[in-house]
Amino acid sequence: MLILLTGLLLGGTYTLIALGLTLQYGVARIMNLANGETLVAACFVTFWLYTGFGINPLLGLLVIGPVAFVVNWLIYTWLMQPLVKRAKNRGMLEVDSILATFGLLFLFQGLMLQAFGGSYFNYEFLAQPFSIMGNSFGLNRVVAFVAAAVIAVSLYLFLYHTDRGTAVRAVAVDPRAARLVAIDVRRTAAFAFALGGSITACAGTLLSTFYTFNTSMGVLFTMKALIIVIMGGVGDIRGAVLAALVLGLTETLVASLLDPGLTLAANYALFILVLLFRPQGIFGKRPA
Amino acid sequence: MNIPRNEILTLGAGLAGAAVLAFLPLVTEGFWLSLSVNIMLYAAICTAWALFSGPTHLVSLASAAFFGVGTYSVAIFVDVLPFPALILIAVAAGALLAILVGLATLRLSGVYFVIFTLGLAELIGQIVTWVQTNFGGAIGLYVFTDFTETHLYWMLLALTVVVFLTGWLVNRSRLGLALRIIGNDEAVARHVGVDTARARIILFAVSGAFIAVAGAIMAPRYSYITPDAAFNPMTSFLVVIMALLGGTRRLWGPLVGVVPFTVVMDFISGHFPNQTAVIMGLAFLAIVYVLPDGVTGQLETLFRRRCSLDKSSLATTAEEGR
Repeated sequence: MLILLTGLLLGGTYTLIALGLTLQYGVARIMNLANGETLVAACFVTFWLYTGFGINPLLGLLVIGPVAFVVNWLIYTWLMQPLVKRAKNRGMLEVDSILATFGLLFLFQGLMLQAFGGSYFNYEFLAQPFSIMGNSFGLNRVVAFVAAAVIAVSLYLFLYHTDRGTAVRAVAVDPRAARLVAIDVRRTAAFAFALGGSITACAGTLLSTFYTFNTSMGVLFTMKALIIVIMGGVGDIRGAVLAALVLGLTETLVASLLDPGLTLAANYALFILVLLFRPQGIFGKRPA
Repeated sequence: MNIPRNEILTLGAGLAGAAVLAFLPLVTEGFWLSLSVNIMLYAAICTAWALFSGPTHLVSLASAAFFGVGTYSVAIFVDVLPFPALILIAVAAGALLAILVGLATLRLSGVYFVIFTLGLAELIGQIVTWVQTNFGGAIGLYVFTDFTETHLYWMLLALTVVVFLTGWLVNRSRLGLALRIIGNDEAVARHVGVDTARARIILFAVSGAFIAVAGAIMAPRYSYITPDAAFNPMTSFLVVIMALLGGTRRLWGPLVGVVPFTVVMDFISGHFPNQTAVIMGLAFLAIVYVLPDGVTGQLETLFRRRCSLDKSSLATTAEEGR
């Protein structure tokens, strides 16, 4: 029971990371491998705001979310749009965006390494016990889960119950057809990329309240997010939520029953199962 | 076999060049020799990488995994088997790993492959650490041999020559033709009856086996092998940067990237070790935005434009003369 709940709480944060990535890849068609660096950067900014200025991480969300939105918007319009324009087909864009975001990955990682060094960081926030069904958990984990759920639900409401959100989903389905119904595809793609970056940054802020972080862990989180996105099906919100919870659970199970050093192996085991049996995602339909 | 004259000339020139390079350890030693070992190491790995990733346009990040598997093939069996047998084990282990990865991912679209290889080295490193701590006692294995830097250099040079010969033979074979069609348009390839997954897996296995051999050859240099060092993910990224900087359209393209970049990285990691990530980031961005076809591809395009300019100016003078 303890393991189940711990896994679910972890899965909440994973959901947000994956939702950010699925917006960037599913709508803007950019395979953003620097996604994890956005997360790590948000961890460090939250740490800096909290220890330097005493700003509550939950209030920090209100600063970090919008800032990450603007930064990702600029990254998309300056760096990614030229690639979108020059690509002759989707495969070329995929290769180009993978290489370009590798560049960003190392650039950001290098800059953060210079600013903060390579050691591990953490801070104390709401580090008091909170009991659910007779088991006690860190209050920070519970708060992070609730905040993640609030953000995920608002994203769902936005995508499925507003015009803007419908436009985003239309571009995800077919950019060319979206243009026929007067959707500004370029703006919508930029918006989705920025929104995805912003959500990933929020996930970073929440993660930093209960997780020990360092400058070089970005790739591992990108990997987790990618596996969740593939498991859930690209662009599928319900799938991503379910897949994130499954991943969180599996990781916690393996870490507590086998060895904490095998979490990546647990991720890969899930990944291989998905590739072999459901490469189109949990709820995906087999392509005709 | 019907071999065109110009290819025989290139082949002869290449072998002659390799023969000249073989004398290098006789004239130099110390720092320059160990730098040459590094250059030769990356020359072999990058060319092997480009064998697969060049024609298929699939960015493989599995180099570090193959390298580590090769290193461990030596580390585990070095006390019981002679070195040539260890090389064969590395070949088998590298090819086997490539086939497993290929079976899981190369039948699907390219993005799955890239993602899968991204964490592969780290994954195998974790598993090796886990096995060693739980069943093997200590983390790390000793490799003691009589090899000097000179021996390593010669072995790597021989490996590079073999990789080049293989690349040349593959290009001339049906497999090479199939891969070029797949790289240009996968749908066309399937329609003309190419088994795309099989062709990719075979070539990935060849490429992986070579990289594993490079890892096996380097094992004696480290003498104490740990999972972190053998499966260092940086190797994969450096290989991609060097090969793409040089360009993968020609077999010798990666070499053009390997020589300068190894020297630069050696200097940076010696003098500014904290800047390596920044430099690698800038190199990736430069590849995408400035040199999408690599240095050799860029030169080729320039050269071709020059030729067509000359032709068109010839045509206009002919017009005027009339």
